[in-house]
This record gives sequence, structure tokens and C-alpha cells, in this order.
Amino acid sequence: MKPVSEVRGTMVPLPQADVDTDQIIPKQFLTRTERTGYGDFLFYDWATTSDGAPSSDFFTNDPNRTAANVLIAGRNFGCGSSREHAVWAIQDWGFDVVIAPSFGDIFRNNSVNVGLLTVELPEADVARLHDVAQDPNASIRVDLESQVVETGDFVFEFDIDPAVKERLLNGLDLIGLTMQEEQAISTFESRRPAWMAYS
Amino acid sequence: MSPASGMPPRTLFEKIWDDHLVSGDDPALLYVDLHLVHEVTSPQAFAGLDQAGRKVRRPDLTLATVDHAIPTTSRSLGIRDPQSKKQVDTLKRNTARHGITYFGLDDPRQGIVHVVGPENGYTQPGNVIVCGDSHTSTHGAFGALAFGIGTSEVEHVLATQTLWQKRPKTMAVEFEGPLPQGVTAKDLILGMIARLGVGGGVGHVIEYRGEAIRGLSMEERMTICNMSIEGGARAGMIAPDQTTFEYLDGRPQAPKAEGWEAAIEYWSHLPTDPDATFDTTHTIDATSLVPHVSWGINPGQTAPITSTVPDPDDFSDPIEKDSVVRALKYMDLRPGTPFVDIVVDHVFLGSCTNGRIEDLRRAAKVVSGRRVAEGVNAVVVPGSMQVKAQAEAEGLADIFQSAGFSWREAGCSSCLAMNDDVIPAGERCASTSNRNFEGRQGRGARTHLLSPAMAAAAAVAGHLVDVRDWS
Repeated sequence: MKPVSEVRGTMVPLPQADVDTDQIIPKQFLTRTERTGYGDFLFYDWATTSDGAPSSDFFTNDPNRTAANVLIAGRNFGCGSSREHAVWAIQDWGFDVVIAPSFGDIFRNNSVNVGLLTVELPEADVARLHDVAQDPNASIRVDLESQVVETGDFVFEFDIDPAVKERLLNGLDLIGLTMQEEQAISTFESRRPAWMAYS
Repeated sequence: MSPASGMPPRTLFEKIWDDHLVSGDDPALLYVDLHLVHEVTSPQAFAGLDQAGRKVRRPDLTLATVDHAIPTTSRSLGIRDPQSKKQVDTLKRNTARHGITYFGLDDPRQGIVHVVGPENGYTQPGNVIVCGDSHTSTHGAFGALAFGIGTSEVEHVLATQTLWQKRPKTMAVEFEGPLPQGVTAKDLILGMIARLGVGGGVGHVIEYRGEAIRGLSMEERMTICNMSIEGGARAGMIAPDQTTFEYLDGRPQAPKAEGWEAAIEYWSHLPTDPDATFDTTHTIDATSLVPHVSWGINPGQTAPITSTVPDPDDFSDPIEKDSVVRALKYMDLRPGTPFVDIVVDHVFLGSCTNGRIEDLRRAAKVVSGRRVAEGVNAVVVPGSMQVKAQAEAEGLADIFQSAGFSWREAGCSSCLAMNDDVIPAGERCASTSNRNFEGRQGRGARTHLLSPAMAAAAAVAGHLVDVRDWS
């Protein structure tokens, strides 16, 4: 996993509440067995008309937004299905950070596991960012180390779980780390009662 | 793993959490008793294992089946879609290579992963259960801590049989009084989500409690816990009791003989202690609940069948108001329309929420001696091949088929329409599934979530009805 520290770039505003992962990556793309290549399908049903042509008013088709790397979303972003493909699609499209008032629990966990930084800010602060992000050229800086989001005159501090912060900053392979707990896992297993075994 | 004396009072969740701590505190490394695997969210996890040269630590605690993207037409026709076929073949190969039990397309035990686990006795009280599927919360009905995970976590569990978890908050939802006649578990959970909202449970594990819950069968409890995620909760759970034990007794993977006695003793200590406290408590008067139906594009946009399509102006929060405007546009509904006037084109009976034998019995009771309305495409997709066989043995399949329902093989089907069971754009489906998201059942398709009895009645009437009027 690539480490995350400081992200500089531009934004896309998507203020709608309760955006579910079915919208982020519709089911027809989940039969793929690959781990990459989902960027073109991000928000597919919103980004295309029913015959597959680009919807002119959606950000993925806006030439002024193609370089954006920070998504400013609405509350409860990424609710619904556990599909990690949603996070992969967001990353593959080019986003490094998603900022929202709140996130679906599974989406947030999935993001940490692949190095997509999710930043929670109060609803009023996110509303300000939505306003600023109307300008496709407005720049933003997200600094994980100092836990600060900066754009124009606004500076917002954010909270983050220290364990999550450390993993993101160092791009740690979680499985490798957990395997160092081998002794504790084996000890736990030796104490499991026999009736818990499946036949 | 016997209950420690002198411990402070603990909730069901806290007892399971404490009993699965391998290392750490918050985040804690939790041991996983059962890892369920299906074709859609696992191929990249197995590929990751291979890439790193890692093995599956506990194939004996892992169970795989196919459900999401498989056809529900005759098994002899195979899988037409080459990509879905590749995905299923990949799971078959991965499970064979790693020695994981696999209920494949031709296995009489195949079915939706959240139907298969319980009916074969894999799901047991006190377990930590995970699966790369958000409806894993279903298994909480047994007094297990069960939650959905992403593919990276699937890989982590395959490799280590453990998972790092931040300690969630606890929430009690107390349903006081008994459920009224004609009101089902589906109405109870839809009614709760309508009140708490789709984000109401975020960061929490819900314990469903109270008289209305205690009176429910295991199938009904599964319907409730299944939809915990639709309220945003990490998991939902119900304390194990005699109903739970009776359901499990004699199932293929349930403990046997002395093991059964030991298990019952352990399970009996799991329910929340009388003085234990929750971070949040909600109380709902179960006696006031009525049948519910969703009208919007998330499960919180749900209302009593006796009411009308809401007006965006009824909502003061501007974000919520926007969401209602968007929902009514997508759903092509006008404020003030009585729900019972909404005409349906499709009826889907099935899914991990309502594809179990009891669900089919309730629906069949409504359908019996009646016909599906002209122009309505009504389909029953049993939750598993065992449910299908039982329904056929009980004569339910005959009732559905002679009424004009299509009778299918087991799978997730139109709940998420990853196979050919797609609802066409602009058409309306009364569905016993769990999500009414935009495009969920097909791009442009309009979903109304409801109970099996309500879905059956809608199929016969050709429009939404209050099934209580029929009894």
C-alpha cells in the first residue's frame, strides 16, 4: 500500500447525502476478477445516459475536473454494500482523499485498507468546502501528519484514529503486521473448545 | 471460555467481544469463528494471498458458496455470461486449492450465503462471523457478532483468521409490546429504519430487544438483523434463547452430544446482563406498528402502507428535502398519492432478507386460490436449494406456480440484479429484498420494499395493498 501524507490538488463537490456504494460502482462491474481498472465506471449510471453516452452535467465528463483529486461528499457517504470495488473505482479515477461529514462504516474501513484517506469534518465546514469547490481551479491541501485541511482562507483541523493515521502514513501491510501476532493467535486457537469445530 | 465471576454487567456484544480478543484493545485483534465466502468479493483476496505466497490459515472455519451473479434459471443451462462464469470458476478453483468447503452450483446445499450458513448449523450463538457482504449482519439473529467486510479484509481473514476492529458503540432498540396481527418482522425493521434513518446506526452495534423480538421465530429474527446495515449499523444482534437452541438442534454443523450440552451452557450465559448499559437506547412501541412500504431510493424513505407519498415540503432539513425531491423524481411519484394506488409491474419474492421457508409460507398463504394480476411479472427465488426443496415438498411451489408465479433456482437474483433477473428501466417492482437504491434492481428500475405477504398481495392485486384488509 502506498503511504499517504500530504495531498495537494483540486476538488469535486458532491453534496448529496447517503450516496451508496451501488451508485459509486454499479453491480454490472462487479463480475470482474481484477483489482484495478474500475475508474472508467465510477458513478457509471450518473455519468452516462441510458445508451451509454456521457451525461454532460456530471463531473466525470467535465474537462475542468479531470485533474481533481479530492472529493467533497455529503453525509453518510459510501453507505450500503460492502463492495471494496467502490473504493478502488474512486482511487482509479484519481481521488486521493474523500472529505465528508460522515461515512458508511464498511466504506471507511475499506478505504484505510487501500490507502484512500477519508476525512470527517463537521457538516458546516463541509458545506463551506462545497462552496469553494464550485471553482474547479480552487486549490486544497490535506495534510495527514498535522491533521489539517486548507483551502483559500479556510483552515480546518480534523480528528483521525491514531492507529489509522500511522498505517496510512507508513503504508503498512496489515496482514504482515498481524502475522507477527502468530503466538497470540495460536494461543487463542488452542483454547477454543472442541465443540466449536465444524465437521 | 466460561463466564468470569465478579465481572461488571456486560451486554451480549461486550461478552462476545471480550471472548474473541486475541491482541490489542482498540483497535482489537478479534478471532473469527466463521468466514463465509462468495464469488463476487473474493477473487482479488485469493489473488492477493497467492501474490504474497500466503496460505488460508483455517480452511475448516471457512465456507464458500455461489449466490450473487449466478442464473436462477435451470442449472442445466449453465452460466451464460462469460465474466460471471469465470468468477464462479475462480471460486471453485480457489476453494479446491485451499481445501475450503464449497457449495457449488450443482450442490443441493447451494444458496444465498446468509441462508446457507444458518440452515446448515454453521451460524451459532457467540460466534464472530464475517463475510465480504454487508448483509452478514443477518447472522446476528443467533446472538453472534456478524458484520460485512471488504475484500482486503477478506484476504486478511483468509490469511490470519483474525480482523482488527475499532470497538463500536452499543445501541439497544427496545420493541415494547407484541406485534399486532398482520404486522411482520419486515414491517418492524422497515418501521425502525424509517424512524432512525439510514445513518442512524452508524458506528454502532444494535441489540434488538423487547417482547416483540422475543416472540419472533429465527427466520423473522434473521429478517430484522439482516437489515441492520440499512440503518447504517455495523451489526445487529438478538440474544440467544430457547427459540435459537431449538432451531439449531440437529442441524448438520451444530454441536452434538456432550458438545451440545457444553454449547448450551456457554450460549445461555451470553444474553445481556440485567444491569448492563448501552451507549444509546431507543424505544419503539411495537403495538403501534403497521405494514410498511418504501417509496424512495434508500430504505429510510419508507412509510406505513396506510399513508401517502410524502411532500418534499414536509421536510425541514434542506439536505433531506433535496433527497426527497430526487427520490420522487427517480420513483416517478407525486406527493399525496395513496400508497395503495401504486401500480406494480413486477413482484420479487426472495433474497437474504426474505427468501426463507417461513417467508414463502406466508406469501403462499396469501396467494393460495388466487391468480397473479394480468401484466404483473411475479417471481419466487428461494434463498437456497434446501428452501426450494422444502417448499416443493410442502406444496408451496405448486401454489405459486398455479397462481402464475415463476419458480426459480436459488440465488440473490433481482435483489441486486447481477444476473439476468433485471427489472427494466421505468418499471416498478414490489420486492421483499433489502435495498431500494437507484438502479439496484436494474438501471432506472423502481423498487418498493415490503414484506413477503405484502408482496404476494401486490402480485394478485396488481398494485400495493394493505394485506391486513385481506385477512
